[in-house]
Amino acid sequence: MNAIVQPSVVSLRCYYLEAKYECLRLLRTPSFVLPSLLFPSIFYLMFGVLLGGGRNGGDAARYLLASYGVFGIMAPALFGFGVAVAQERERGFLALKRALPMPPGAYLLAKMAMAMLFAAIISLMLATLAMTLGAVTLQPWQWLALLAVNVLGALPFCAMGLLIGVFASGQGAPALVNLIYLPMAFLSGLWLPLQALPAIFGKLALVWPAYHLGQIALKVVGRDAGGSLAMHVGVLAVFTVAFFLLARARLVRSG
Amino acid sequence: MTEHRAALASLRNAHKRYGKVLALDGVDLQLHAGQVLALLGANGAGKSTAVALLLGLLPADAGEATLFGQSPQSLAARQCIGVMLQSAGIPDAFKVRELLDLTRSYYPAPRSFADCVAMAGLDGLLERRYDKLSGGQQRRVQFALALCGRPQLLFLDEPTTGLDIEARQGLWRAIRELVGEGCGVLLTTHYLEEAEALADRVVVLHEGRVAAQGSVHEIRAHVAQRRIRCVSTLSADSVASWPQVRSARRNGDRMEIVSDAAEAVVQRLLAEDAGLQELEVHRAGLAEAVLELTQDADDKSAFKEAA
Repeated sequence: MNAIVQPSVVSLRCYYLEAKYECLRLLRTPSFVLPSLLFPSIFYLMFGVLLGGGRNGGDAARYLLASYGVFGIMAPALFGFGVAVAQERERGFLALKRALPMPPGAYLLAKMAMAMLFAAIISLMLATLAMTLGAVTLQPWQWLALLAVNVLGALPFCAMGLLIGVFASGQGAPALVNLIYLPMAFLSGLWLPLQALPAIFGKLALVWPAYHLGQIALKVVGRDAGGSLAMHVGVLAVFTVAFFLLARARLVRSG
Repeated sequence: MTEHRAALASLRNAHKRYGKVLALDGVDLQLHAGQVLALLGANGAGKSTAVALLLGLLPADAGEATLFGQSPQSLAARQCIGVMLQSAGIPDAFKVRELLDLTRSYYPAPRSFADCVAMAGLDGLLERRYDKLSGGQQRRVQFALALCGRPQLLFLDEPTTGLDIEARQGLWRAIRELVGEGCGVLLTTHYLEEAEALADRVVVLHEGRVAAQGSVHEIRAHVAQRRIRCVSTLSADSVASWPQVRSARRNGDRMEIVSDAAEAVVQRLLAEDAGLQELEVHRAGLAEAVLELTQDADDKSAFKEAA
């Protein structure tokens, strides 16, 4: 009658399947896929290529390539975590998964992998438009660096989305994410340079994670405000860890 | 571990408070192999909280929850359980096969697809999308997800809500089969006939405390009273004053008497009213016993509600 506990066999297969089915779930949700993939490209076509093309030697096309990249990759991270976690938590699916022997990391890694995959696709779409229609010329390392910044840059916004997802209701989450996402993108200089706004916004921008990622991306194309790379990376790392720990504390306390 | 060597899972003096509400106020609970424990009680009695503590979804404020001698958070312990929650909230977009595939991957030695299909009655449903299934079919899919990992302990939270009688009895058969193989089950249910059909032991929770526990038979015996109904000309007030009569009330020409010793009361009734008709004596069922046990705490005159 002794309780028999087999040693924990952490199968890598469940990590793979978790990611595979998260991917399938997203692909079967057009309201997620279409806006998150198409909006950055459409905005870039309109403001970077059609309106900004050729002016100042393609300067706008280069600036917006970096800033819309960051703007674009924030969406799948924030929505993929914020809305999905809120809904799965509210509907009880997260509780079921936590009760089942799912390794907690598998859930998070699957969603992170999808946010990074979407970030890579968005980056490649923007890069293709910039290279062809936008006539942006960059060194090979710059193209690669932008891709890397965008893919890795999704992580702080995954953590931010997770934090939103553990607090918001399933119904309220999309509105809440938009309420944070769009103003933050604007105030971080992702739509137009902060120099175009009153000086106070330039100072205020330091508190937005999106500003710091935007600065790293703009640094790649030589259009940043001159802050140190280590400072921006450090701030993003602190944000990421803080969001994650807060989210975990909330989840452990109240389910 | 030493005290509860035989228990697969246990709560020991568990307390849990949500703000001002004390959801669990010192609950002890043990789940054993090959046994169905039914956790009964009204909404808000603490059933869901007790389950959440055992599953590691919530931490206890005080006291202890263990699963296979470990913390319920431990992955190794959870690999020995299967779970069917009341609101599973499974995303609509998945096919049944995909849900099973993913859930099976969490376990070291899962049952085959074919076994899961056979045990949960999912014939022909594997390629269907979850949101295209009827409520009863969805419930069976959830049951399949609960048993697919070859669990030693099953948590079934309202497993047959929304099932028709045939499907419900099919599920009961499957549960009995698993229990016969040595699986322990924690069952929470609103259908007391389900507890009567399946449970070896019953724990009745009321306002966060264990109000009663024992076998179904013992719980029923908690309510020693039986109800006597008859058509009689005797006055309810005078019958109410007899020894062994707890209460007597008149409903039109029918009288209803609650008594701890029905035989003696029936004897006297027949002696005093030769014209007495339509005599019925009922023992309390589990439903009445639970109602009585939980309402007793609030209101001594609650028995009439059981009618």
